[in-house]
Amino acid sequence: MTDEFHAGVKAGVSLILPTLAGGISFGVLAEPVLGAAASIVMSITVFSGAAQFAALTVLATGGGALAAIIAGMLLNARWLPMGLALGPSLRGSRARRAVESVALVDASFVVASNGDGTFSRDRLIGSTLPQFAAWNLGTVIGVLGGSFLGDPEALGLDAMFPAFFACLLFDLLKDRTSVVTAALGALIAFVLMPFTPAGVPVVAAACAALIGLRARA
Amino acid sequence: MTAVWITLAVLTVGTFASKAAGTLVLGSRELNPRALSVTALLAPALLSALVVYETFGSRDGITVDPRAAGLAAAIAAILAKAPMFVVMLIAAAVAAAVRAFT
Repeated sequence: MTDEFHAGVKAGVSLILPTLAGGISFGVLAEPVLGAAASIVMSITVFSGAAQFAALTVLATGGGALAAIIAGMLLNARWLPMGLALGPSLRGSRARRAVESVALVDASFVVASNGDGTFSRDRLIGSTLPQFAAWNLGTVIGVLGGSFLGDPEALGLDAMFPAFFACLLFDLLKDRTSVVTAALGALIAFVLMPFTPAGVPVVAAACAALIGLRARA
Repeated sequence: MTAVWITLAVLTVGTFASKAAGTLVLGSRELNPRALSVTALLAPALLSALVVYETFGSRDGITVDPRAAGLAAAIAAILAKAPMFVVMLIAAAVAAAVRAFT
């Protein structure tokens, strides 16, 4: 239980409400399509909201397993550059590092970042644990009580995620390079969103980070 | 029903593999300074894309709905130095209000 771990837990706790809301939305929408058991199991074993929503959308609109898997994996593609960045900051055997990489989620990646390209393993795991609990609790609530809850969107809960990411983003905009990179990332996402399947815009936006090669070379 | 469980199983393995692959490729070797300056910029690049994606994303590509009002309010709150949780509550309240009155 290090200070870094506590700092991570604190960041993760501030995300419990929106993560719970996300889990509830997933549970409510998934139950009629996947069934109660598969909806709950999926949140535990896949534990990637974006990939789960993408696969669910395909299955709900009559697509097959292959199309659903491709949609989910496109959103998972962003874990590759993020994992490459994180890898050298993890320690221990390959098996242990592979298990710890499960703690990699969007918010925790940023919480764990030291800003110089290195990451804190303890902050990463500390931040992910409350989110894991909230995501799965939310899914169960959504699956079991969906019809009683009403519409999570009516409460504006879907606006909490962009607000959260904006908070993290503004913390990082410290110099000209990071501002230019963020603007470029947003631009790439905007341009690609109308033409590409879900997931592609976010992965392509990662290329904006290559500006780092020029900026400090 | 089978399609559901196949999707679930493959996505479980696939998600784990895509998270683990990146972390295992480099081992525990230190990155060189040029690579570090790129990985340091991954967070702002991905975050701004996620803000755009989660605010304007829809099944048909891009849409402007009450989430955009929520984001605008959130950015104003951030610039006014509000704490993170307050920023998120303001975004939800504004989005809910706009949705209720439109």
